[in-house]
Amino acid sequence: MINSHDILETINMIDNENLDVRTVTMGISLLDCIDEDIDRACEKVYDKICRYAKDLVKTGESISKDYGIPIIHKRIAVTPIAMLAAACPTKNPVKFAETLDRAAVQVGVNFVGGYSALVHKGFAPGDYALIESIPEALAMTERVCSSVNIGTTKAGINMDAVAKMGKVIRKSAELTADRECIGAAKLVVFCNAPEDNPFMAGAFHGPGEPDCVINVGVSGPGVVRAAIAKAGDCNITEIADIVKKTAFKITRAGMLVAGEASKRLSVPFGIVDLSLAPTPAIGDSVAHILEEMGLEECGAYGTTACLALLNDAVKKGGVMASSHVGGLSGAFIPVTEDAGMIDAARSKTLTLTKLEAMTAVCSVGLDMIAIPGNTPPDVISGIIADEAAIGMVNSKTTAVRLIPAIGKEAGEELNFGGLLGGGPIMDVNMKSPSKFISRGGRIPAPMQSLKN
Amino acid sequence: MNAVITVLGKDDVGILAAVSGECAKVGVNIVEVTQSVLQGMFAMIMFVDISRSTVPFSELADILTEKGEEKGVKIHVMHEDIFNAMHKI
Repeated sequence: MINSHDILETINMIDNENLDVRTVTMGISLLDCIDEDIDRACEKVYDKICRYAKDLVKTGESISKDYGIPIIHKRIAVTPIAMLAAACPTKNPVKFAETLDRAAVQVGVNFVGGYSALVHKGFAPGDYALIESIPEALAMTERVCSSVNIGTTKAGINMDAVAKMGKVIRKSAELTADRECIGAAKLVVFCNAPEDNPFMAGAFHGPGEPDCVINVGVSGPGVVRAAIAKAGDCNITEIADIVKKTAFKITRAGMLVAGEASKRLSVPFGIVDLSLAPTPAIGDSVAHILEEMGLEECGAYGTTACLALLNDAVKKGGVMASSHVGGLSGAFIPVTEDAGMIDAARSKTLTLTKLEAMTAVCSVGLDMIAIPGNTPPDVISGIIADEAAIGMVNSKTTAVRLIPAIGKEAGEELNFGGLLGGGPIMDVNMKSPSKFISRGGRIPAPMQSLKN
Repeated sequence: MNAVITVLGKDDVGILAAVSGECAKVGVNIVEVTQSVLQGMFAMIMFVDISRSTVPFSELADILTEKGEEKGVKIHVMHEDIFNAMHKI
């Protein structure tokens, strides 16, 4: 029998602590839509997405109602479009972006991810053209997200792609300068990108995935913070245990939703992504968890240690709660999407250098950071290279999602609204890495890659 | 199939009657009730069998949520699986 304490705890988590399932993401393979005629390919893409995902939003809403737990996003991830673009080399791949956008509107999802290329070892047909077209694609569409994987622990880092992505990020911001440079907020540069990540903007449906799959991303930073606050004065071992227990409960809710969505849509269940994903809403902040652990403000010394503990405990608690775990799994630190991080960045307690250290122990990377509009592409590439090196050497995913605020300087603010939030433009070290970036070539894979 | 109805809010005359009345109207059988009033706050947890319910689950949730608003209390109707999933290994 369920006891009343457990029932009231769950209801309190949902009502007061922002417990939710962040996203139910349907991964759809588009490999059978490849066609040398781009118009035919687009037609097939549109038809397949609309056919497979026609009930996604409706099903998500009905599950949400039955279990009383909010499911914030219903989304779609597709095969990296560069693979489709490879078959029609003379055509501009933005046509695919347009098609994805149209399909997203038709089925009612707010984002579709997969305008992507995997170039960690080099450019295959379709890759370069797709990357070139990213700024235009992100400017002309609302709901399409893009990602590029430029390194892996196994392959090393493709420095030609790193150099290119610095320019692409800048151009994406320039083309959407009249809309708070939103283009760059929909573009992620990865090292060790997971093939089954349900979270945007970096979601795509990897080539090793089945035809169609349901992946679920959980959330609940507010629940974790409240649990720590309730515990009062306890030592750090106890804090880790509290986080584990809370993460278990959160993940079980996600697993239930994932199983139910898979059953109702007749689509296999893929993974649950064990994540703490913040939103700009009050009481939904990862930074506030770190502060609850005992920091005056996120970014103070001790932040990296607290984040390491948090990230690890979330995984330990979550892993037993789900039959398959994947995606990014861990704590996210997107600056403009986290009320505590926004405040810490405004007061300059949280700096880009501290964030870089934090990315060595968290699940993603330098995420949703506004940088000065005059930051040269080579400096952006330098930041990407550093971040990718952290991911490559530590066999973890790292990502860079920077938003050059065109026409603005450090200290001013960008405001995207909604879940992308907004926040201050952070200071960037402008010393030039140009010669290093322009050398090109590949950083060889580290010793860690030789595991066989 | 079982569901859990929780009612939280300021105590008033007839809350239990209102909720159980709505349940009876749509064929929802009440299996167990625990209820207490602490410092004027009304808290009730009701286990109900909805297998013979004449309305779909989502409609039952809407009916009771609306009734709650009318009585000035917060009513949740949730499938029992969510609690089993979160609180049992």
